[in-house]
Amino acid sequence: MSAASLGLWTVPIAVLGGAIRVSTPFLFVSLGELVTEKSGRINLGLEGTLIMGAMSGFGVAYLTGSPWLGVLAAGMVGVIFGALHAAICSLPRVNDIAVGIALMIFGIGLAFYLGKPLVQPRAPTLPALPLGFWSDIPQVRAALQVNALFIVGLVFTPVLSWALANTRWGLIVRMVGDSSEAARALGYSPIRVRLYATCFGGFMAGVGGSFLSLYYPGSWNEGLSSGQGITAVALVIFARWNPVACFGASLLFGGAGALGPALQAVGVTSGTYLLNAAPYFLTLLILVLSSSSRRRVAGAPGELSVTK
Amino acid sequence: MDAEPPRRAALARFIDPLAAPLAAGAATVALFGLFVALAGRNPLEVYRLMAEGAFGSWFSWQNTLLRASPLLLTALCTALPAQMGLVIIGGEGAFVIGGLAAIAAGLRMADIGTPALVVQCAMALAGMAAGGALIALAGAMRHWRGVNETISSLLLSSIAIAVMNQVVEGPMRDPASLNKPSTRPLPDADLIGNIPGMDVHWGLALGLIACLLAWLLMRRTTFGFAARIVGGNSRAARMAGLPVGLMMVIVTGLGGAAAGLGGMIEVAAVQGDANANIAAGYGLSGILVAFLARQHPLAIIPVAVLLGGIGASGGLLQRRLDLPDAAVLVLQGILFVALLAGEALPPLSEWKAKVSR
Repeated sequence: MSAASLGLWTVPIAVLGGAIRVSTPFLFVSLGELVTEKSGRINLGLEGTLIMGAMSGFGVAYLTGSPWLGVLAAGMVGVIFGALHAAICSLPRVNDIAVGIALMIFGIGLAFYLGKPLVQPRAPTLPALPLGFWSDIPQVRAALQVNALFIVGLVFTPVLSWALANTRWGLIVRMVGDSSEAARALGYSPIRVRLYATCFGGFMAGVGGSFLSLYYPGSWNEGLSSGQGITAVALVIFARWNPVACFGASLLFGGAGALGPALQAVGVTSGTYLLNAAPYFLTLLILVLSSSSRRRVAGAPGELSVTK
Repeated sequence: MDAEPPRRAALARFIDPLAAPLAAGAATVALFGLFVALAGRNPLEVYRLMAEGAFGSWFSWQNTLLRASPLLLTALCTALPAQMGLVIIGGEGAFVIGGLAAIAAGLRMADIGTPALVVQCAMALAGMAAGGALIALAGAMRHWRGVNETISSLLLSSIAIAVMNQVVEGPMRDPASLNKPSTRPLPDADLIGNIPGMDVHWGLALGLIACLLAWLLMRRTTFGFAARIVGGNSRAARMAGLPVGLMMVIVTGLGGAAAGLGGMIEVAAVQGDANANIAAGYGLSGILVAFLARQHPLAIIPVAVLLGGIGASGGLLQRRLDLPDAAVLVLQGILFVALLAGEALPPLSEWKAKVSR
């Protein structure tokens, strides 16, 4: 089959490539948020963390010439934001949702402020693996140029799933999330466990943000994020707090985002915005169907404020 | 131990809710001062310029009031449901969908040649209905399906913004709008004009009236009293026979209607048509205003003016001190974070008790 005769096949191939690309930030942010929510806290500020990660990752990669140092720096900035969220939430009478919105505004503002000088320069980008080497069709090769961070996320998903179910740490996080009183009775401090879980969530969101500025679209500007940080919070609920389902949901959400541009390439131009909003609609539908006024969402951590 | 004299109790009731915001404001002034000092600017100069840019002249006052007027309405979208203990953050979506519904109604009415006032009333009704329906949906899902209203209002808001973008670029796009997709503009005669003697449109007056009505409803009527009982303890309210679900739908609907009216004003007084610019973050800032006002409908007014002033001074900071316009966002973020941390402080009247002990 030659490239010219692909015809409508260009759409699924482009969607596959696009889904891998678009899903990577979703995957990282949602795996991080999953751990935070498993500990019984929700961090709505990840949009701010994501944009801070994008800015700082780009800045460090630009200054040092190493994209991986940029990823690390983005993660560390995320840890700082996570620690800030956890610290404020550990005070009495403080609502974790409101703190999230506050940190979202703060993170976006700070990133735009500090990122002003970074709008022009180019930074080294993250490598991609040519997994389409077996094909001579350029579209297939392009679609299977899989970025390195996606592979990291792909490997990390089952590890996290196993660790949450089988390790001591996973057990502690889940126990704190299901009943902080039980955790306290066993001598664990819920505040400290949630601090670590929120820092981890921040780290992952920062890394997810660095993907935006260091791989795709691969530069820093103020319109970089289209709300991936907020969508990822919904995605965790959509995936019912299951890491493997998070991976699938990220691909699905990414595919929905990639469908619009892919259709545009074959001449269908309407409906892009609605396709991008499809994940929100699906999440809402799942919430409506799986909740009830009498019991909580199946699979939700017991201490989580948004499902109480 | 003798009882507190009534006058002191009244004073405490007035001062107590102010303590946390004032402490947060002071902390913000210090932290943002440090922030600009690190950026190599003189904090005193920054604050002097901010005061000048926000309230220094009649011109800057008008700019401040212009920016405050949408915030009055989007803040109600969070503050009204908050009376019932609901945390709604979908004001941006209600604002946007209100603007879209308003332009659709307005263009239809203008096409058949109705008088300007009728067109504007139809636009206001359509905007309020659309915004109200969006947020009322979050209230209904909360009551009948147990879906968390914060998450659902956020999702509904994102969906509403997508619908607006889709409609503006698709079915309602004006073919003449080339690089910025917009709907057809309203005829000039149907636009909302300025309040006589100022360069500020009538939206400001509508916003002030809405805040006043919200206060009257929540603090001076039986309905408002019942709503606040639900906010205090929804189980007790249900035991007392209050129609909790219906009240939730009404109050969330009123909040959404306020934000929808804001969107209608943005379209009919500022933009003249609907385009992607109507999703400019007024909804997000409205959440901040509502929390800063501690969800009190009348306190929204000074807080919105303050935040409008901060926004209005951004341009001056940029011109005189070369501070990026995002400095204003940083300041808002610090203020919001400090305010929430301040919630953890005990009420002022208890401080004294602690000191004297």
